[in-house]
Amino acid sequence: MIRISVQREGFDIGAELARLEVDGAGAVASFIGLVRGNGGLTELTLEHYPGMTEAALQRLANDANARWSLDCITIIHRIGAMTPGERIVFVGTASPHRAAALEACSFLIDRLKTEAPFWKQESFADGRAIWVEPRESDNDAAARWCE
Amino acid sequence: MAITILYLAWVRDRVGITEEVIEMLPSGVDTPTALARWLSQRGDGYASAFKDTERLRCAVDLQMTAMDAPLGRPREIAFFPPVTGG
Repeated sequence: MIRISVQREGFDIGAELARLEVDGAGAVASFIGLVRGNGGLTELTLEHYPGMTEAALQRLANDANARWSLDCITIIHRIGAMTPGERIVFVGTASPHRAAALEACSFLIDRLKTEAPFWKQESFADGRAIWVEPRESDNDAAARWCE
Repeated sequence: MAITILYLAWVRDRVGITEEVIEMLPSGVDTPTALARWLSQRGDGYASAFKDTERLRCAVDLQMTAMDAPLGRPREIAFFPPVTGG
């Protein structure tokens, strides 16, 4: 089963993990992304492209399903304003075995970072607001799944 | 057929609007790069947003599309920076 959600509100990690513990799954892996609070950051705002975002996440989940033997995939990505320490993204996978769950989880977050239409803007205590630049290391991380 | 052009993130900040509609693609405009060049002549905000097409990404009818790909007959074209979610 694939669950995709793009939402403003936060999410309950315990409930999401429990949902992945379905019949037959022997392994659950997850990734949680948080707002880093370094450099005087006061707020992080996530913008997305409504209409395209959910389709892009669905396609990533389909790709993961085709590549590994998975029972469940959950992708939750928040939009709007968040403060340091808040959760931004949850990726969870359930599989009969740990390797598939761990690898698929890593694949999903790596590809999400370079393919899903989200943009981060950082706001600082001194009033600056800066659009986050993409990182070369993120491109490298996504590219390793193409080899 | 009219085409909606969307601007997202800093592309929108520079252009100053979220979207607009054009009646048709101007003649000779057959790729996202060509459209970006054409848009860049519409004013200072556009020029600032579209001066460096290397920094731009594009989606045509909700599909991520290369900047030099043929445009065909799109209904919606979006310009935005490289994505930074996750």
